[in-house]
Amino acid sequence: MNALSRRRFLKISAATVVAAGMAGRSSRALAASATPSGGTAGVRTIPTFCDICFWKCGAIASVRDGQLWKIEGNPLDPLCQGRLCPRGTGGIGAHSDPDRLRAPLIRTHERGEEKWQEVTWDEALDYIAVRMKQIAAAHGPEAMALFSHGIGGTFLKHTLKAYGTPNMAAPSFAQCRGPRDVGFRLTFGDDVGSPERTDIANTDCLVLIGSHLGENMHNTQVQEFATAVGRGASIIVVDPRFSVAASKAKFYLPIKPGTDLALLLAWMHVIVTEKLYDADYVAKHGFGFEQFAASLTSYTPEWAFPETGIDPDTIRATAREMARHHPATLVHPGRHVNWNGDDAQRSRAIALLNALLGSWGRKGGFYQPSSMDVPAYPYPPYPKSGRSKLDNPDHKHPFAHEALTTGIRDATITGKPYPIKGWMVYATNLLHALPNEAETIRAIQQLDLLVVVDVIPSETAGWADVVLPESTYLERFDDLNPEYFRQPFLGLRQPVVDSPHDQKPNWWIAKKLAEKLGLGAYYPWQDIEEYLAHRVTAAGLSYPELKQKGIILGQRQPLYFDEGAPAEFDTPSGQIEFYSLQLEKAGFDPVPRYTPPAAGPAGSFRLLFGRAPMHSFSRTQSNRLLSGLMSENTVWLNHTAATRLGLKTDDYVRLRNQDGVLSNRIKVKATERIRPDCVYMVHGFGHTSRGLRHAYGKGASDAQLVTRYQTDPLMGGTGMNVNFVTLEPEV
Amino acid sequence: MSRYIMVIDTKRCVGCMDCVVACKTENHVPEGFTRDWITETVHGRFPTTNLEIRTERCNHCANPPCVHCCPTGASHVHARGGVVLVTPEKCIGCKACLAACPYDARFVHPKGYADKCTFCIHRVENGLDPACVSVCPTRCMHFGDADDPQSGVSRLLAARPHHPLLPEAGTQPRIYYLT
Repeated sequence: MNALSRRRFLKISAATVVAAGMAGRSSRALAASATPSGGTAGVRTIPTFCDICFWKCGAIASVRDGQLWKIEGNPLDPLCQGRLCPRGTGGIGAHSDPDRLRAPLIRTHERGEEKWQEVTWDEALDYIAVRMKQIAAAHGPEAMALFSHGIGGTFLKHTLKAYGTPNMAAPSFAQCRGPRDVGFRLTFGDDVGSPERTDIANTDCLVLIGSHLGENMHNTQVQEFATAVGRGASIIVVDPRFSVAASKAKFYLPIKPGTDLALLLAWMHVIVTEKLYDADYVAKHGFGFEQFAASLTSYTPEWAFPETGIDPDTIRATAREMARHHPATLVHPGRHVNWNGDDAQRSRAIALLNALLGSWGRKGGFYQPSSMDVPAYPYPPYPKSGRSKLDNPDHKHPFAHEALTTGIRDATITGKPYPIKGWMVYATNLLHALPNEAETIRAIQQLDLLVVVDVIPSETAGWADVVLPESTYLERFDDLNPEYFRQPFLGLRQPVVDSPHDQKPNWWIAKKLAEKLGLGAYYPWQDIEEYLAHRVTAAGLSYPELKQKGIILGQRQPLYFDEGAPAEFDTPSGQIEFYSLQLEKAGFDPVPRYTPPAAGPAGSFRLLFGRAPMHSFSRTQSNRLLSGLMSENTVWLNHTAATRLGLKTDDYVRLRNQDGVLSNRIKVKATERIRPDCVYMVHGFGHTSRGLRHAYGKGASDAQLVTRYQTDPLMGGTGMNVNFVTLEPEV
Repeated sequence: MSRYIMVIDTKRCVGCMDCVVACKTENHVPEGFTRDWITETVHGRFPTTNLEIRTERCNHCANPPCVHCCPTGASHVHARGGVVLVTPEKCIGCKACLAACPYDARFVHPKGYADKCTFCIHRVENGLDPACVSVCPTRCMHFGDADDPQSGVSRLLAARPHHPLLPEAGTQPRIYYLT
């Protein structure tokens, strides 16, 4: 931010005045249950947990003289250690966002025209219930699908399961972390999990492959990354872009996009041929090592050089660096890893490299997480579905262990293996999350019912028949969070202030809808607190204590093999599978094999996208506090390429992709921080929803340009870094 | 006596701007203005690039030009810790201090007075760190008394190479960046 923009980077708009007035009327504090700490008179503090991303950090909100003032980390919370990230700190802007949804809406014009009539909750839920009953009668309850993201979706899932559909999915699998969990399952028999079981705080050598911690702001990960940097850990960063993490690295490897697997194979070649691996660990826990080792013979650093652009000396030096620090070497599995369509195998290569270094189950590598035992509420059993899930017919992608959003979308378009006629979408903006928005819209046009439940009017809400306005996390209870982490704990979300308009919490919406569907028996509790108190008490804990503290800690379990964590691997062999017979049997490579990425059209740049620390997906751009930190994205372009194109920083351009799709206008960031063969932008901008008045038209959307995707044959993930763009100056 | 300073570890900082948003909520900084900000300095040619990220704000200078030039005494040095503050009631909004500040740390609040970082003196007087320091997820920011050789900030300065911003301006800034 330069000096000029700092002094007056936004004029105070009329909308802000409205917002302030609105907050003044609405922010009546709810009964405080926590003891005030370190505050001044008139300040009450209420513990809860954050929802600006899915990390669920424990937080303490302060209400001063009845007004929501600020929110800070809960010192008791093992995830955030008393410190929220910028999104969490700015989370109170979600409450006062003047663009948020205010009342239930029913569509009055064509889908996508964003024209609705405000209705009462009764009218909206009646409308939905009538159509859901019609769908069930005509096509069976399996013809309803739920797309849901985050803990808030728990109760809608419950209602939809009671209704009788098995079809529910989240973009977090096929569009995000799925390949890595599949790659690690195939190797170690277990997922990396969320929060990741990465022992970054204790590592001596951290390898980040495309993972841009610090910009990707998962709080615990970033805190531990800073700890590792502060301890002088050796950092190796592999990224086509000189990320913030790269600026902390001992080795920065500016890899050619799409060739990471070649580098991983060459690293393993060096570690195996130079016998630098943890031989005892491999002998004790490994299966098929000899066949694995034999398959690496041709993957020399000299072979990898022309593929990756990384010179053989650097490949050898970094491989030896990893080996020198093992087993406290952590090759980070990343999180958003749907890049090229071979992502599960690349993730498996990362798992195998960690296996060679003996880091799984070891301090500074991967620890064993645990959670507290909090029994589920004793609901009646769900009805047995007549038909199985349709997102992955005939197990075409045999290693998909979660449902595929894009599989449900395909089935909705084709009507096969059976029709899908209704979508309920909770807190996920499918038009920004799934590749190829035209396909999503085509699927939506097949529906008899599209319901969107959200806090803000997303692009997806713009296509809905019914839009239900949800209370923000600061205004509602949600389900409990018995987190699976290095320190088990139980977290509670509870309201801090009232909702400003006619918004309702998810639990209320799901319960009322169930009652209107004749499924009231599935909600034997009258109020959410009755449900919460029942579960907490059943766990042998005190609900009043949880309300007061926000967090109750559990008993820490052994984290590493040498502390007594079980060295058990839920694979077919019961060992770490260097060679995978189950992959071989299913017709896939038992050891990852490299295929060069397809090149783009001459003169084009590969489109890469990622995160900024102050925004979550496409959900935060209308939050005035967070948009004040970053109000639009830029397209990063190497200086040399920019000069060649006659472009400079702050010039506006539009990006045109290989299929002719033209983006919104976006500013150029000409920089020495990216390779000349690719461009980069932060995901989540370029909103086209007219309801998002503040964010509308600011920056460009990568999702709009991701018309192509490469499907991972193992697990159905959609590799999205396979699109190419040219830049057109905006005159 | 005490002499408050800030010591910021650029090796840990990731430029996430949590400090910026925490200041805004803590101090009710109006939309469109900010008392602290992030600066990124890039050197070198790709891929041998260098990046330094700094969180910046008023340097609470020991020789503060904003105080020297203030015609009303609104800008002043607080008795505690040498913190440079503005008394809104005395400020006439003449902007002399904005022009005098080499760090461009001040702005005119919509209510008409010069505004800037206070080192969260209201928190410090209650034994708390400034808001930006207390929220920082990377723990790159440290606040304390430079006159106390045992303070965390004194020990950091003794142990690590560091630099202030624009020392040539002669203002004796009191924010130090560890490199």
